[in-house]
This record gives sequence, structure tokens and C-alpha cells, in this order.
Amino acid sequence: MRALVVLLLMLSSLSASAATFRQQQPESQPPKQTDEFVPISQLPAQDQLPAAPLLVIAYAFVWLVLFAYVVSVSRRLAKVQHEVTRLESDIAKRA
Amino acid sequence: MPKWFIPVAAVTALMFAASPFLIANAPYEATMGLVQKIFYYHLPSAWVFLLSAIVCGIASARFLFGGSPRQDRLAYAAAELTVLFGAIVLVTGPLWARKAWGVWWQWDVRLTSSLMGWMVAWAYLLVRKYGGPGSDKLAAGLALFGMANVPFVYISVNYWRTIHPATSVVPTLPVDMGVALWFAVACFLLLFVLLLRLRVYLEEQRTRLDALYLSLDE
Repeated sequence: MRALVVLLLMLSSLSASAATFRQQQPESQPPKQTDEFVPISQLPAQDQLPAAPLLVIAYAFVWLVLFAYVVSVSRRLAKVQHEVTRLESDIAKRA
Repeated sequence: MPKWFIPVAAVTALMFAASPFLIANAPYEATMGLVQKIFYYHLPSAWVFLLSAIVCGIASARFLFGGSPRQDRLAYAAAELTVLFGAIVLVTGPLWARKAWGVWWQWDVRLTSSLMGWMVAWAYLLVRKYGGPGSDKLAAGLALFGMANVPFVYISVNYWRTIHPATSVVPTLPVDMGVALWFAVACFLLLFVLLLRLRVYLEEQRTRLDALYLSLDE
């Protein structure tokens, strides 16, 4: 009798989990075939080109290019000034 | 470097840091919306691009007809800044155009003449770097053509049919937009003065280095 109850419980839990699994499965129907193209005058909002990334790229580019240029000039200047100091000390030693 | 350089650099840095807040608070344009805010950096960099081409041209003319090495150093520095600010104009413009016009680029007079001016500045730098002896005068001649192109760039939108906004946009700006624009213009002008002085100083140091090498050889 006990074995029969256990078997019934197991069967009922299996059938319940199978039903749950069936419910979670999406309806896998293929999309409808396109019969015609319908024109609209304006794109839906979600399809329009977003402006924010273009704006962010533009401002980031300006800041990065200006920063890179300042770094470039500073490095060139430091190199030349180091060379000037070295040559001046060489000339002073010769004198 | 002159005494004014560091304080002016600090003020300019603070102004640049504050400029995004003013631009964010400026109202949206009715037809272009958010992307029109690129204008607040695009236009000042375009003006500085044209200004540096004029500085380069005038200094080159004075070098050609007066022979002053100081003017040559100024022209060289201004040519590099023409390339720098021209690159900003030619990148921010297409980013704005992609949304506003639906294309990255149009071969209209304003865009094409700006590209030509930028390429002349590049030509100046390439001739100076690889042209060998006498390249300074050859490059100075190029700079005169670069300067002659400037009025053509400026008036092109008023005389030829183009989709680029006309020059009448600026004087008719509402106050909220005008404040953000003129603040950004002040930022870019100060930056131009600072970078020009820094770049001229680099050329002065190079001249000093050449003189030291000559005295070492003697």
C-alpha cells in the first residue's frame, strides 16, 4: 500500500513538472509571410537613429584630441629642453 | 614661458570643464533636437581653424617678404593648429550631419572648401618635414593659398546652394543658445592663444638647440 502511494506521488509530481515545462515553452510559430510592403511617412521612435551616441562621440573626440595634442607638445618640448641642457653643460665643460 | 601662461591655462581649463554644463542647459533645436548640441564645439573649432589659417598666412607673408625667422616659427606653429582644429571640425561635422541630414558627408561648397583648407595645412607641414633645404619658403607660399581659401569657406554658405546652415544662424540665436555658444567660443580662443604660444616656444627652443650644435661644431 505504501509503495503504491509513493508511486502515485512520483507520477503526479512528474506530470506536474511536465505541465510546467509545457507552459514555459514559447509558442514556436514561424513569423507570418510578408505579402506586401506598407509605406509610412515617419519611422517609429525605436527605429530612428539615436542622437546621444553621436553627441558623446563628438565631445569625447574633441577632448581626447586636444588632450593628446597637449601631451604631444609637452613631450616634444621636454625632449628639446633636455637636449639643450645637456649641450649647454658640454659647452661649459669645454670652456 | 611668459608669466601669464599658467594663470590663463588654469582659467581655460576651468572654463572647458564648465562648458558642458552650459551646453546641457541650452535649449534643444526644434528640428534637429539633441544632436544640434554638437554645434557648441563645432562652430568655435571651425572659427579657430579659419583664424589659425589666417595667422599662418600672414606670418608666412611676413616671412617671405621680410625674412624674419620669428614669423616663420609663428607660421609653423599656426599650421599645426590649423590641422588640429580642422580635424575637430571635419570629425564633429559629419557626426552631426549623419543625424541631421542622414548622410556623413556632402560634396557641397562649405564642406569641400574646408577639406581643401585642411589639406593645404597638411601639405604645409609635410613640405616643412620632408622638403629639405628651402622648404620653409615653399611652405610659406602654400600658406598664402591656405589663407586665400578662408573667405571662400566663410561666405560659401551664403552664395552657393548648400544644406549647411548659413552664417545668419549665429546673429539670430536665442539668448540661451547664444550664452552657451559665446562661452565655448571664448574657451576655444583662449585655448588657441595658449597652444600657439606653447608651440612657438617649442620652435624657439629648437632654434636655440640648433645654435648650440653649431657653436659645439666650431
